[in-house]
Amino acid sequence: MSTPFVALDAIGVRFGHVPVLTDISLSVHPGEVVGIAGPNGAGKTTLLGVISTLIRPTAGSGTVFGASIGSSAVFPVRNRIGWSGHDPALYPELTLLENLTLTARLAGRSPDDAMRALHVVGLTGAAGRRADRSSNGMQRRVDLARLVMLDPDLLLLDEAHAGLDVEADQIIAALLRRARSSGKAAVLVSHDAARLGEDADRVVTIERGVGR
Amino acid sequence: MRFWRQAWAIALRDLKVEGRSSEVLSVVLPFAAAAVFVVPLATDAQATRLQALAFPVYWLVALLFGMQVALRQTGQESEMQRRHLALLGVDPSARFVGRSLAATLLIAAVLVLMAPLTLIFYQPASISGWIWMIPVGGLFASGLAMLATLAGDVTVGLRTRTALAPLLVVPVAVPLMMGAAQTLEALGRGDGTLAWTLVLVITNLVLAAVGTLAARPLEEAAT
Repeated sequence: MSTPFVALDAIGVRFGHVPVLTDISLSVHPGEVVGIAGPNGAGKTTLLGVISTLIRPTAGSGTVFGASIGSSAVFPVRNRIGWSGHDPALYPELTLLENLTLTARLAGRSPDDAMRALHVVGLTGAAGRRADRSSNGMQRRVDLARLVMLDPDLLLLDEAHAGLDVEADQIIAALLRRARSSGKAAVLVSHDAARLGEDADRVVTIERGVGR
Repeated sequence: MRFWRQAWAIALRDLKVEGRSSEVLSVVLPFAAAAVFVVPLATDAQATRLQALAFPVYWLVALLFGMQVALRQTGQESEMQRRHLALLGVDPSARFVGRSLAATLLIAAVLVLMAPLTLIFYQPASISGWIWMIPVGGLFASGLAMLATLAGDVTVGLRTRTALAPLLVVPVAVPLMMGAAQTLEALGRGDGTLAWTLVLVITNLVLAAVGTLAARPLEEAAT
C-alpha cells in the first residue's frame, strides 16, 4: 500500500468548549477519491480545514504529505493542496481574469496559464467582467479554474456540486478523473451521500462530529 | 525573489482594488479636508494662532485619516481569501510587506492632497526646507502603514476589531507623529533635524522587524 497523502488518527477539534469533531480517523491514498457525507453542522468543513492543515486539531494526531499537522512542517506542503468551496475566495473589485492572474503570480505561474485555465472552464468571454458583477456560478467556475491551473496533489472540494450547472459538473468530473489517473487524490464533502457515492471511491459519514 | 514577487503582487492587488472602489479618494479625503477646514473655524481664524497650529493639525489629521486608510486596507480580506493565500504558499511576511507598501502609497497620496489645503487655510509662517517633506512624509506614511497593517493582523477575526485596532495604532503612532512634526518645526527654526529624523527611521525599522517576524504566528493564530 502506498504512503497515504493524509493520515488522521483520532482527531478531535473543539471551538472553545464546543466539540466539533471527535475521534475522527481517516486516510487518503494517492489515486483515491474519498467522500465525506453528513448533515449540515456535522463538522465536514472543519474536517477539510484539518486536512488542509489550516485548522489545528485539539486532540489526536495526523500527517499531510508526511508533515505532522500542527507543526511548522506543514507550511511547505500547503501549496500541494487546492480547496474549492461554496464561497469562492474572489476579490469582488477585480475581473475574473485578474483574480486568476493574481493566483498565478502568487503561485509563481505564468499569467498566460490563467487565460488557459479560464478557457478550460468556458469563461474566456467573461474574462474582463468584474467578480462582483458575475453570477455565483461564474465565480465558482473561476474557483475551479484555479484548481485546473494549479493542478494540486490533493483536491478538497466542499459542496462542490451545489448550485453548479451541468458544464461545471463536467469540469469537476474531469478534475477527479485527472486526480485518479495521475496519482493525486481528492476529498469531497457533501450532505448528499447519494451524489458522493457516484463520485467517490469510498464514503465516510460524519454525524455530530463523530465518524461512522 | 519569490518573496518580493509575492509582496509586489499583493501590493498591486490592493492598489487595483482601491483604484476600482475609490474609497480613499471619494470617502476618506473629503472628510480629511473637512477636518483641516474645521480647525480654523474653531479658532476664530486668528492668523498667528493658525500659523502655529499648521503643522500639528496637518500631522494629527494625517494620523487619523491615514490610519483609516490603512485599517480599511487590512480589513478587506475575508477568511476565504486568507485561506486561499495560505494554501497558495504565500509567505505571510510577504503579505505584510505587500499590504504595507500599498497602504504607504495611499497614505502618501492623502498627505500630498492635504498639503495645499493646509497651506491655504493656515498659511504657515515658514515653509523653508519643504523638500524635506518628501522623506519625512514617506517615513511617516510607511510607519503608519506598517503599524496599521500589524494592528489589523492582531485583531483579525475579533468582534471588537473596529474599536480595538485604532486604539492599538494611536499610542504607537505617537513617535511617528512627533518625529514628522518636529523635523519640520526644527527646519523652520533652522535647527538640526537629525534626532527627529532618526526617531522616524528607528520606528520604521522596529515596525518592519516586528511586522515581518510576527506575520506567520499571527496568520496561524487567525486560522
